[in-house]
Amino acid sequence: MSASQLLRFSTAGSVDDGKSTLIGRLLYEAKGVYEDQMASIRKSTINRSTGPIDFSLLTDGLRAEREQGITIDVAYRYFATPKRKFIIADTPGHEQYTRNMATGASTADLAIVLIDARKGVLPQSRRHAYIASLLGIPYIAVAVNKMDLVDFSQSVFDQIQADFSAYAKEIGLKNLSFFPISALDGDNIVEPSKRTPWYKGTPLLDHLESVPVAEDRNYKELRFPVQYVIRPTLDFRGYAGQLASGLLRPGDEVMSLPAGRITRVKEIPSFDGPIAEAFPPMSITVVLEDEIDLSRGDMLVDPNYVPHVSRRFAAKLVWMLDDNGEPNRTYLLKHATQTVPAEIRRIRHRVDINTLENIPAEQLALNEIAAVVMETRRPLYFDSYAKNRAMGAFILIDPISNLTVAAGMIEESTPDVVEPLQLRNLEFTGEAVETATSNQLTNAERYTRAGHYPATVWLTARRGVAYLLERRLFDLGCQVHVLADDSESHLLPELSRVLSNAGLIAICSIASPDPAERDRAAGFAAANRFLEVPAKELPARDEDAVEVVIKRLEDLGVLRRKDRFERGEGI
Amino acid sequence: MDSRTLSHLRALEAESIHIMREVVAEFAKPVMLYSIGKDSSVMIRLAQKAFHPGKLPFPLLHVDTTYKFEEMIAFRDEFTKSIGADLIVHTNRKAIEEGASPFKLGTGKCCALLKTRALLDALEEGGYDAAFGGARRDEEKSRAKERVFSFRDKFGQWDPKTQRPELWNLYNSKVEKGESIRVFPLSNWTEMDVWSYIELENIPIVPLYFAKEREMVVRGNQLIPLEHNMPLAAGEEPQLVMSRMRSLGCTYCTGAIRSEAATMPDIITELVQFRRSERENRIIDHDQEGSMELKKREGYF
Ligand SMILES: Nc1nc2c(ncn2[C@@H]2O[C@H](COP(=O)(O)OP(=O)(O)O)[C@@H](O)[C@H]2O)c(=O)[nH]1
Ligand SMILES: [Mg+2]
Repeated sequence: MSASQLLRFSTAGSVDDGKSTLIGRLLYEAKGVYEDQMASIRKSTINRSTGPIDFSLLTDGLRAEREQGITIDVAYRYFATPKRKFIIADTPGHEQYTRNMATGASTADLAIVLIDARKGVLPQSRRHAYIASLLGIPYIAVAVNKMDLVDFSQSVFDQIQADFSAYAKEIGLKNLSFFPISALDGDNIVEPSKRTPWYKGTPLLDHLESVPVAEDRNYKELRFPVQYVIRPTLDFRGYAGQLASGLLRPGDEVMSLPAGRITRVKEIPSFDGPIAEAFPPMSITVVLEDEIDLSRGDMLVDPNYVPHVSRRFAAKLVWMLDDNGEPNRTYLLKHATQTVPAEIRRIRHRVDINTLENIPAEQLALNEIAAVVMETRRPLYFDSYAKNRAMGAFILIDPISNLTVAAGMIEESTPDVVEPLQLRNLEFTGEAVETATSNQLTNAERYTRAGHYPATVWLTARRGVAYLLERRLFDLGCQVHVLADDSESHLLPELSRVLSNAGLIAICSIASPDPAERDRAAGFAAANRFLEVPAKELPARDEDAVEVVIKRLEDLGVLRRKDRFERGEGI
Repeated sequence: MDSRTLSHLRALEAESIHIMREVVAEFAKPVMLYSIGKDSSVMIRLAQKAFHPGKLPFPLLHVDTTYKFEEMIAFRDEFTKSIGADLIVHTNRKAIEEGASPFKLGTGKCCALLKTRALLDALEEGGYDAAFGGARRDEEKSRAKERVFSFRDKFGQWDPKTQRPELWNLYNSKVEKGESIRVFPLSNWTEMDVWSYIELENIPIVPLYFAKEREMVVRGNQLIPLEHNMPLAAGEEPQLVMSRMRSLGCTYCTGAIRSEAATMPDIITELVQFRRSERENRIIDHDQEGSMELKKREGYF
């Protein structure tokens, strides 16, 4: 029992397709229906006329909906077989309930999409399939229900399979399986049905018991968002969190974000003793070798696979509230373990989920889905949702009502998301952005010529250190420039970005730094190319201080090792 | 099974730990409700794991109706001491002084005063903005839609319409002063999961869960433990019955079941064979179809 796995699945179907009946059937068959629950159903006096047991009454929970006879919110159900424990997110199929479907789908490993055999693939079925694909559900089981009402006709089933498959292909939905069932009579739910001799596949429950749960899990790219710092004594500092992807073992090299510092895992202690290898979705505590100071919202990542670090990104939003969403209003965005103020910078278009058409939109209404550009006040560390669900998901919260207003899925950014808009802050749009041509210089060419990567070095106050650092780097053969105009300090982030784009190491030296500016500059820089050295970490002598900074740049991989660099073994 | 796949109990454990850490990181003053029952025991073990090697970073709150089993209270005091937890016990003294008791008031009114009112008062007095509870969604139909972070207004009340959608593992913890969140880290656990985990982890639980001959009043098909001077109906005689508790509450409202299960494996075997809903014997749920939902709207956990 304890070695069984957990499978989370959601269900989608239009009203009366038989969703409640199917779930009731699964619970019943799996002996998940307790005797007294059965008893209380038999004495229930809700006026519905069905056969001997109405399985749907097992699942339709709250008073209000029992009275109305419809399901109005996501309900969670549980059953187990010797192989697996199942968590069902039972989501209603009404047109206006996109919100609930998305909620149920967000944690699902699999979705059951119900289709009434008599009706075939309706616009609603397409909508369910689209939401399943939007929320990245790895497996789709299409249950063609009420086969008893179409004489278990193979041609009806085949037609539905063909129609649905064609649509699934259009929206990039993968791992489809089809089941001809009767939820009411139990055909092909647990046992193969004698009434569908032409069907060679397995019953639905077999599929649920055997579909791989964690096959597509990402064990390669470490993402460990720091959730909480455990400091019971002065000698113990553990970073607690749930591993989003990748593996962690003692001795592994990790990079901290946003600082970009490299260190190693010292140990992964736990209540049950040290852990030799942690994998997702374990909740663990990590102790690092170096005394680096991380806090909630920071992240440990694989230095070889750094996530995107940016304040601006493309995303899909599912709007969940009556109060319309619109650009330039401030929301709170919660991503991994960070919550930051954010705005919808612009709505690129809305998606009509019936036709999949892109429609221009100024606002987002309840249950609408849109492609937007988001901008956060501090940088986020993220991957696209398609690549890494945990690292690409976020919610938006209205700071006044405190309600959750939207679910967001980060998309790979296209140049139009990042480039022109960020440059517009600088107000020299036209001249800085050139349209790409085959002649355009690539970053690789710039870096090769320079012999190092670009970087932004954020130093406070010590101007002597800044100029000495510039001199030392210059002598080493680097392209470098100090930005030290205090009167224009608000331009530093943008200027450092331009220098970085040109392949230079920008040294920002400011007397009284504004944390927001620092964050903006960090947001513009690539993950391992922003180096902040607080004044208190710099030795008193300028020469020593410069050595510390150069060492950090080497650790970050911006410079090759100095000795080799001097022997002419640049990149 | 791939060695990098968690068993379902470990997957549930990881989820619960994540929830607890999220609460401690995002709320100013969390508290954990401690009912002394098996779900609370599991919840505490998970909290120990979540904050290891530190101690629990929040107090435990026991709402004592004074109608609990003596064995529960003894277990409570010893267990919480052994793990170095900070225990707060709260009782609605005023109601007790005015004579509140399940025998006199009936179970509905008694619960309202000694549990619901007492809990709301304790939470308000303590200024807690988050309270962990051990409720599970599989316990009762109205709980199937309960959120993990369940929003309560300034009066501690629950409204199905103001509950926030919960996606991924991203919980919305924003509340205004006076409002609070009830957090259910065991939402996705079933009774079977709880027992299996207690066995797997060797978690100490109150001996009342194990079968023994106990003095009972047999009323219909219910067994009511003879404690707290329970008044007998005409013709009723206490009997010694081999029995145990499936869930623990006040003595009068916790029906016992006839059982021979005296060890953990026995209990699990019994559970598999004889799957009756956990609350069959808790008289409060029988008051009215959907009664738990009504209680919840009023602030009952
Ligand atoms: N003949 C037949 N009727 C079914 C089947 N599944 C469900 N139904 C009936 O269809 C109606 C709607 O079912 P219900 O489960 O409430 O649908 P939901 O709205 O999707 O939850 C009920 O009258 C069911 O008894 C089936 O496989 N065959
Ligand atoms: Mg239904």
